[in-house]
Formats: sequence, structure tokens, C-alpha cells
Amino acid sequence: MRREIPLLITGIVGVGFVIQYFIPHAPFSYMSDWFSDWFSIIGACAIVLGALNLMKISIQKVISRKKDWGYAAVIIASFLLIVIIGMVEGKDFRVPGTNFDWLYRYMYIPLSATMFAILAFFVASASYRAFRARNFEATLLLIAAFFVMMGRVPVGDIITGFMPEGWRLSNLASWVMNYPQAAGQRAIMIGIGLGIVSTSLRVILGIERSHIGGGE
Amino acid sequence: MEHFALWLAAFLTLGIISFLYKDNAWYKLTESIFIGLSAGYWMVSLFWDNFYGKFWVNKSESPYLYVGAVLGLLMLLRLVPRIGWISRWPLSFIVGATSGLWLINYFSSNIMKQIEATILPLFSAQFGSGFDAGAAAIIGNLVIVTGTFSGLVYFFFSKEHKGAFGRTAKLGIWIIMITFGASFGYTVMSRMSLFIGRIDFLLSDWLGMIL
Repeated sequence: MRREIPLLITGIVGVGFVIQYFIPHAPFSYMSDWFSDWFSIIGACAIVLGALNLMKISIQKVISRKKDWGYAAVIIASFLLIVIIGMVEGKDFRVPGTNFDWLYRYMYIPLSATMFAILAFFVASASYRAFRARNFEATLLLIAAFFVMMGRVPVGDIITGFMPEGWRLSNLASWVMNYPQAAGQRAIMIGIGLGIVSTSLRVILGIERSHIGGGE
Repeated sequence: MEHFALWLAAFLTLGIISFLYKDNAWYKLTESIFIGLSAGYWMVSLFWDNFYGKFWVNKSESPYLYVGAVLGLLMLLRLVPRIGWISRWPLSFIVGATSGLWLINYFSSNIMKQIEATILPLFSAQFGSGFDAGAAAIIGNLVIVTGTFSGLVYFFFSKEHKGAFGRTAKLGIWIIMITFGASFGYTVMSRMSLFIGRIDFLLSDWLGMIL
């Protein structure tokens, strides 16, 4: 009961999605619409589960006065602030001028953009270690990265300004991106595709069962 | 209010940037605000877009939507340890739907379309027009065809990489290294562009130093 029903649901839904691709007519076309809508609704509930879990952990941390409990209190406060405002504002919460929009523009965007921006420095420090040209493969990596980085900034074209247009760094960077990079990317994508297809088949056929967890 | 908003945004931006110096209380404060706001933002967005927009508005004319709502509520039972196992049902639905969808989509986009795009004419820009392509197109197409093929050979581990097979795999790893390098450079530049955007905000919007 605890394992069979989930396996049955996985199999039926998975096969349903595959069938609707090959037979895009009623009743299979309806089935696809239904499943897609259910998927969205369950997704909304799943995020509630995740948020409640975050709150549970943070509240436990505050109550037991664990190390850095003050930051957990900040998480709870900022979560409640945006959720209460978003719920009070109603379905038009994103309309410019609303309090939710204010929070989004002046708090969420600066935080998320800066968080992603500082990754540049961590990537750069990782590159210092990875890019030492110790062998031919590492040298290829270094040269390709150099061409692409220099080709994306004006100084790249200034340095190579004396060369014919097709040989300037911006054009060389485009060539690297469009040909060798595309070829390697394609090989990786085909590999990923084969992996996903085989894993999906295993899941639908019930061979792969890790998603239903252990125990009875 | 606008003035306060700019100062608040600058305070948060500098708080995150302060991590470049070292882990500190200011960074931890802004990081906690970010975690809380992110969780809340996505919860509010998915509630109004998915739960309200898809279920609540249409439930009377599409009763089948109740099944999705019930499955969604069952998902929340994970918070009740005694009957938490019921949450496996909606989870199985999500896994099954994703598997079915990805099986078809990835087979189509990642396998068939990529193979189709790799079958290129080597010596002409268009099929049937003879040897009329420029050197750049010929070299480019050769790189795409041989690069993709050798890259795939490198990923084939069921046969030992020796002899001609090994040499092709070697070419494959070179192509993959170029790909990683180019992707790395591209990622660094996109992050740098974001960072420049934040510095631009601090210097122009906040401090008014750049007009």
C-alpha cells in the first residue's frame, strides 16, 4: 500500500505523458492538460511545504537559543514580512507601486543580483587554480577562456584593432562559441539526453524507486 | 521614501559584497534577509499564480482541478510524521510527470535535434550547391561534425580507449576542454556584468557620482 500505490501513480502518469506526445487527441490531449494543471497546483503546495520547513527549523533554532539564533529570527521576520504583504495585496501583488513590488525592487533584486555577482570572484579564484597550464588539455581550457573573456570586452578589439576584422578578438570569441564550443556542448547534451531518457524509463517502469524512500 | 529605498538597497548590496573581505555579521544579516525574502517571494508567487490562478479561479468549471488540490494538500502531510508516508503519492505524481515529460522532451531536443543539427554538409554552405562554401564555413562544419563525434566517443566507456578509438577519444577531450574553457569565460563575463551593474547602482543611483 505504501510502496505499490506511489509506484502505480508514477507509472500511470509517466506513461500518460509519453502517450499524449504520440497521440495528441482526446482523451490523451485532455490528460496532458489535466496533468499539467495538477503539476502546477502541487508545485504551489510543495513550495509551502519547503517554506514551512524553513520556518520550523528557524523557530526551533530561536527557541533553543542555538548559535546564531538571531539570524534565524531575521529569516523568520523577513519571510513573514513579504508573505503577509503579498497575501494582503491579493492577486495583483506584482503591479508596480504595490508594497510587494517595493520589497521586490529595493530588497530582493539588490540582494539576489549581488549574491550572483560576487560569484564572479569565487569563480576567478577557482580559475587561478584550474587554469595553470600544466598540460595540453589545461592549456586548451585556458586559451578558450581567454579568447571568450577578452572577446566580450572592448579592450579585446582595441588590442587586435590592427588585424583584419575577421581576426579580431570579438570575432574569434564568436567563432570559438559557435563551432568548437558548440561541438563539445552538443556531445555533452546528447550524453545528458541519453542519461535522462534511460533514467526516466527506469523511473516509469518502477526499476528506480529512490523517490519513494525506504521503509514501509 | 525613494531616498530611504535607495539607502536600504545600498545597505543590502554592500552587506553582500562585504563577504569578499571575510565572513562577517553584516553579511550574515543580509544573507538571512535574502533567505527569508526568497522563500516568501516564491511562496507568494506560486500561491497566486498556480494555486489561485489555476485552481481557485477555474475550479467550478473544471472540477478535475480538485484532484490536483487534494494531491497538493496530501503533500503537506509530510509535516505530520504519523501519516507522512501519504505525501509519497503527490511526490510520485511529480516524479512520474517529470519523467514522462523529460523522456520525450530530452529525446527530442537533446538527442534527435542535436544529431540533426550535426549532420552538416562539409564542403558547401547548402546541400546540392557543390563546392561553393567559404573556408570558414568548411572549417566550422568540420569542427562541428568531428568535434561532436569525438566528444561522444570520449563519453563511451564500454570500450577501452586504445588505438584509433583512443585517438578519437583524445580529440574528444580536447574539444570538451575548449567547451569548458569557453563556457567558463562566458560565465565569468556574465557574473562580471552583474557586478558592474551593482557597482553602477552604488555609484550612480545611490551616490550620484556618475550622471
